[in-house]
This record gives sequence, C-alpha cells and structure tokens, in this order.
Amino acid sequence: MRPISYARATGVEDAIATALADRESAYLAGGTTEIDLLRLDVVRPTALIDINALPLGRIEDLPDGGLRIGALARMSDAAEAPGVVERFPMIAQALVLGASPQLRHMASMGGNLLQRVRCTYFRDGVSPCNKREPGTGCSALEGINRGHAVLGTSEHCIATHPSDVSVALVALDAIVQTDGPSGTRAIPIDEFFLLPGETPHYEHPIEHGELIVAIDVPAAPVARTSLYLKVRDRGSYEFALVSAAVALRVERGVVIDVRLALGGVATKPWRARRVESALMGARADTASFARAAHEELAAARPRGLNAFKVELAQRTIVRALETAAGLAIAGGGA
Amino acid sequence: MTKVKKHPVVATATASPAKRGAGAMRGPGAVNVSLSVNGEERLVSIEPRVSLLDLLREHLDLTGTKKGCDHGACGACTVWVDGRRVLACLTLAITSEGREVYTVESLATGGELHPMQRAFITRDAFQCGYCTPGQLMSAVALLNEGHASTDAEIAEWMSGNLCRCAAYPNIRAAIRDVRDAAGGDGHAAH
Repeated sequence: MRPISYARATGVEDAIATALADRESAYLAGGTTEIDLLRLDVVRPTALIDINALPLGRIEDLPDGGLRIGALARMSDAAEAPGVVERFPMIAQALVLGASPQLRHMASMGGNLLQRVRCTYFRDGVSPCNKREPGTGCSALEGINRGHAVLGTSEHCIATHPSDVSVALVALDAIVQTDGPSGTRAIPIDEFFLLPGETPHYEHPIEHGELIVAIDVPAAPVARTSLYLKVRDRGSYEFALVSAAVALRVERGVVIDVRLALGGVATKPWRARRVESALMGARADTASFARAAHEELAAARPRGLNAFKVELAQRTIVRALETAAGLAIAGGGA
Repeated sequence: MTKVKKHPVVATATASPAKRGAGAMRGPGAVNVSLSVNGEERLVSIEPRVSLLDLLREHLDLTGTKKGCDHGACGACTVWVDGRRVLACLTLAITSEGREVYTVESLATGGELHPMQRAFITRDAFQCGYCTPGQLMSAVALLNEGHASTDAEIAEWMSGNLCRCAAYPNIRAAIRDVRDAAGGDGHAAH
C-alpha cells in the first residue's frame, strides 16, 4: 500500500472541513472495500479521514412507520434491529446474506452503498477499464464476463453492482441523506446509483467531501411480508448471480401492491418497474409472474458467458414472487 | 491492565493524539499509536497504512493471528475489536487506537487452554492448522452471538472462515461440544 496520512474526525462538520482541505482525501468507515482497494492500488487517496467516531450509528424507528438507519450503523446492527427484522425483513435478510459475520461487524451501511464493483478487470489495477482509468476501454465486454451485468449496461462498462442490501433499499424507495459543502441533501436512492453510460467512473451524484449521514426507509406496510432471495454459486458467502428483493400484497387472488428489485444482473441495484407495472391488478399466479419476469428481461443485453443470467433472473423473480405470495397469504393479506 | 510494555519499536518523535486538534492529519510517516492488545496498553510507532494484522505479527510478535488472503476473504486473521470479531487484514491499526483488541493468544489463561481450543483438539478440528486461530476466534464469538443452535446455523455463521483442509464437520462438532457444555445458552467463556 502507498503511504497515506490519517485523521480521526470528531464530528460531521470537522470531517467535511478536513475533506475539503484536501482534494485527494477520502473518508474511511468500515474499510472492508476501501482498504482492500488501497492495497491493490486501485484507489489512490493520499489521506484517510476516519469517520468511525462520528455519532451516526443509530437505527431509529420513525413515528410514521419508517426507519432511519445511521450511516455508521454496521451491517450486523441493522440486520438485528427489531424495527428492521419485523417491518422490513427483506433488508435484514439481504444484510445477513450479504457478507461474512466478520465483514458485517465492520462494514457500515453508508459504506455499503458506496462499495465498488467486483469486476476482475477493475480490481486488477492494470487491465483497460473505463471505471478505473476513463477512456481506456472495457476489458469485460469480450473477456471473462460470467458475473457481469445484463441490464443497465453500456458499451463502456458492464460491471455488476455488488451490494445486496442496496437492492432491498431500492425496492423500498429509500432516501440517502447527505451533508456536505453544499449543505444537506436528500437523494432518492434510485438516483443515487448512476448507470454507467459514457461515464462509468462517475457512480454517485455526490461531490468531494459530501458525507452520507443516514438512510431513510419510508413506511411500507407491504414490506412486512417481504423477502430477499439470493441465488449464487456457493451455499453461502458469495456474491449473487441473481437476487430479488420482493414485497407483495395480494387480495382475492389479485396483486394490489408489489415492490421488486434485482441484484447481480445489473450495473446498479435494479428496480424491476416492468415487473411491478405488469403485476398490478394481475392474478397472483405463476403465469402472471412469468409474464412479468419475461417483460423485465426483454431489455437484457447478455455478453457471451453471462447469457444464462437472462433465464436465471426470470426464474428467480418467479420463485421470489411465488414465495412472497405464500407469505402474503399466511400473513393474512389474501 | 494499564501497564505499558517497553518495546523496541516505540518511538518518541510525535505528540500523543490527545494533544492535537480534532481532525489533525498524522503521517504518512511513522506516528505514535497506543492501543490495548489482550488487555495490555501498547505504544507503537507505525505508519498509518499498517494493518492491524501486520502490527500484531510484525511489531508485537503476536504471530498467532495468521495472514491468509490479506483481502478479507478467508478469515484467518479474525480478532476481536471492542468485543466483535473482525478482520485484522482490513483494519488499519491506527483506527484501533483507544479500542480493545483481543487475539488468539488471549484464549488460554494461566497455561490452561480455552474450552474451544480443547474441543478442537478432541474433535480433530484441524489438519494443517493455518486457519485454526481464526476459526477459534470466530467460534468463541459465534457462541456469544448466539447463532449456533443448529449445524446449518453454525455453518452459515462460520462461513467467513475458510478451511482448505475442509475440517468443517469436525469444527462444527467442536463448536457443538462447547455450546452443549455451556448449558444450552450458547455462551462460553469470554
């Protein structure tokens, strides 16, 4: 690892001021991605501002039934918070399936949103990669791309967004609260993740020194019977080939509310809006689920080794919806 | 618990962190860092880029904690920081300043092995032994976390500790033994 300076921030304002004083600085929270990428020489800040002492670790139930997750709450804290487990099980499940216990104790919720892609060509530090070195090309287009995205891709980048919990948060229309040089902002999470387009190095609409302070999850009664289904090569401790965060409400056999987002198949946590609009008012049966899944994946652009994801994603959507429909009925929603 | 051990790497060049203003930059050269390791206050002079794993192994001669992948994938470097099992390879040592670090060397007390260490021997829960310190630190933490009620649960909550010798069934058996000997509440010593 290159030599690096270090400061421990004592408050949000102090952290932001320290960051603004040095354009080459970066915040350090759990460090589970950042330290790894520093050691790989993929990211090159010259100073780290340790924000772990900031008072941003609380997880609060909001009076309207929503949730405020402090940016420095650890994945393991959020996964066990009663308000998360009871009212937003898809968040808790995505967190538990998202990393090993040790990593969950370390990784912060804010940092989870900012984690970098696992694309081999990005991480190796030398291959052409538009995300790491803009303008050098994308090695994955014709390379080993079995794990890469089929939705939201461009000719410049097909790296899959690796986060699990972000998939659940996107399904739930979470709001990313930030503080920074331009004051506080509330960014809808779907806008917080940018498609690669022609600028895959530009991943989030935040500026240098801007700090995530919390993630707000609006009230969503439908989420009480939600689930997170993760399909992967191993039984545990592996990134998703496909995952689905699903919340479903069924009355008299008809879908009256549905939220669905996909992980493992897209360049950002992918809100499956085609599935949602196809299912609203439709019968809650396997045929409807399969039709909706087919519509969502009609936009897929597979590349060589990842073509299997198009079918696997549809099957995952159907199984997640079938399971959710069972849950919804068991939960008294039918 | 507060005695400061004399150590050759201790330097006297820079002021203590308490004397600096909030957010003051330190490094990139060596700076003085004090942290608690296995209940002892240690003062070391290290560059901010030094990982907790390298601090333990290269500066404090605590070589029980192993370097497997150095990427946060294998769990061989599992230690406890402020009571939680974490990965020493992905932790910068300087971030542990003011925190309590415990390593595998802390498990045995007064020459007496920890029940989990005894169970690993009884159950033959290792072959080459390289992953064993991390397995032990995870296993003891797992029982305290209370996620060891079934074999499937043990497997899932031990998934961050890889064993290339595949001693997994015996590791699970050792954890079961300690869990059951602890009276069913899953809480072992520590």
